Amino acid sequence: MLRSALLTLAAVAAWMPGSAALASEDHQAVQWAAACFACHGPEGRSDGGMPSLAGQTADGMYAMLIDFRNGKRNPTVMHHHAKGYTEEQLRRIADILGRRPN
Amino acid sequence: MQRRQFLRHSAALAALAAVPAAARAQVGRGARVVVVGGGFAGAACARYLRLWAPGASVTLVEAAREFVSCPMSNRVIGGTMSIRDLTRRYDGLASRHGVRVINDTVTAIDPATRQITLAGGSALPYDRLVIAPGIAFDYAALPGLNSAAAQERVPHAWKAGPQTHELRRRIGAMPQGGVFAMHIPKAPLRCPPGPYERACLVASALRRSNPTAKVLVFDANPGILAKRELFADAFANRYKGMIEYVPNAGFEAIDAASGELSFDVHGKVRADVWNVIPPQRAGELALQAGLGGGQGWCEVDFLSYESRLVPAVHVIGDAIASAPGTPKSAHMANQQAKVCAAAIAAHFAGRAVNPEPIIANTCYSFVSDKEAIHIAGVYRYDDGQRTIVAVPGAGGLSARASGEEAFMAVAWSFNILNDTLGMI
Ligand code: HEC
Repeated sequence: MLRSALLTLAAVAAWMPGSAALASEDHQAVQWAAACFACHGPEGRSDGGMPSLAGQTADGMYAMLIDFRNGKRNPTVMHHHAKGYTEEQLRRIADILGRRPN
Repeated sequence: MQRRQFLRHSAALAALAAVPAAARAQVGRGARVVVVGGGFAGAACARYLRLWAPGASVTLVEAAREFVSCPMSNRVIGGTMSIRDLTRRYDGLASRHGVRVINDTVTAIDPATRQITLAGGSALPYDRLVIAPGIAFDYAALPGLNSAAAQERVPHAWKAGPQTHELRRRIGAMPQGGVFAMHIPKAPLRCPPGPYERACLVASALRRSNPTAKVLVFDANPGILAKRELFADAFANRYKGMIEYVPNAGFEAIDAASGELSFDVHGKVRADVWNVIPPQRAGELALQAGLGGGQGWCEVDFLSYESRLVPAVHVIGDAIASAPGTPKSAHMANQQAKVCAAAIAAHFAGRAVNPEPIIANTCYSFVSDKEAIHIAGVYRYDDGQRTIVAVPGAGGLSARASGEEAFMAVAWSFNILNDTLGMI
């Protein structure tokens, strides 16, 4: 029950472009997204090798994550990570990453 | 006040509640967190606590003046990387993130009065204590290596630092056609693929400078602990005739002076250079503080990394009793640090902790000076089992070793250091 309420709210928040970021703090997705910085660098600013996520759009990153999840793009490692998340989780992670300052 | 009650009453709403920047800055106001140990776990936790509980004062106590990364240190032994590349200062944590960094060691922890005592004499009170002491070596289990002199003769090089250099130097000074031998202790140990990577990188270096030398790998375990197929392939093909791998090799005793190691079933083996990686347990401090379970590791709640034995004390990094199937690695330490920091921030804010943390692991290993492989996994908290479990279908091994992954491995090592210490 709580969970479905959360999912609905998250879906609404994700659907409202831009405003979601301003109006709410999806703490759970902030925490999920922080896991990615071990490889992509602090706040997604990479020092080389892994692409920087900082400065990319949420929709662009989401599309790439779905591709990795579906076995496309021939990555070295991202398929192993993207398959660990549901599409809904990736949407919320992309929304968090997409609104980080450059 | 109203806001606080509202947040506390509904975890679901709290996750998405409007939190103006001003309110966010208040999270943890007046609270004191002390983090002991500035490795991949402790340093990252201190930094993320300042991000997620900006009102809290965060103190990091670390004995070393500089951070030396263990990942990639096998490349220093193999002669293709400098330890300077793996060394960082703690300055950024203080100047950019407002962490108070104290260069000292802890002499006592008192959970009753919630304070710790430093060797320098001062006492630090805490509301939440995070302990990240890494590993300690159990030399008592290695007859012949009980004295400091013997330990100097037989380096472990399992904590990056002077011993890393020492091992490198000895391998370089080996006679032509000489023997390098290593012993791997029973799991659990820090960095399960590390010993096999080391064997490959030593062989790779010897092939250049000492092509008739031998690398003997004695493993107390029944088989290669991680990336088995890929390392087995490297030993059998890439280093054919040079690396010899011996499983189920129980350590009996070593004569450090003569370089002769006795095994339970393999008799005596002499080598020009021995590298014995000792059996491991949680760092001394954790055990002194009463945080250790029966096996010498600390049991924690995987939603917050709070000790199952001592309230308000959290343990992260290699010192924990790892969830089944998860390794003791820098990547895991970094991930645990963030879950722990988020749980402490939620506690200060009166929010429920995240009921479903998702964390990942990646360990890159070099199989030669130019090629690397990886193993990855994604793990989520399972309510029923009260532990973290691998997400089915995620994670896996490289199909084969490649130069592209060697490039990514080095990039990973710099990015995770930057993330941990808050640089760039
Ligand atoms: C083990 C390191 C690692 C982790 C952890 C990791 N990534 Fe990646 N990521 C990479 C690498 C390497 C690439 C390049 C593709 C490849 O080789 O796999 C990449 C590519 C990407 C891309 C494509 C960017 C572009 O411009 O091409 C996105 C988006 C991305 N990652 C997002 C994430 C997110 C979100 C997470 C966390 C859920 C994450 N990554 C975790 C290593 C990692």
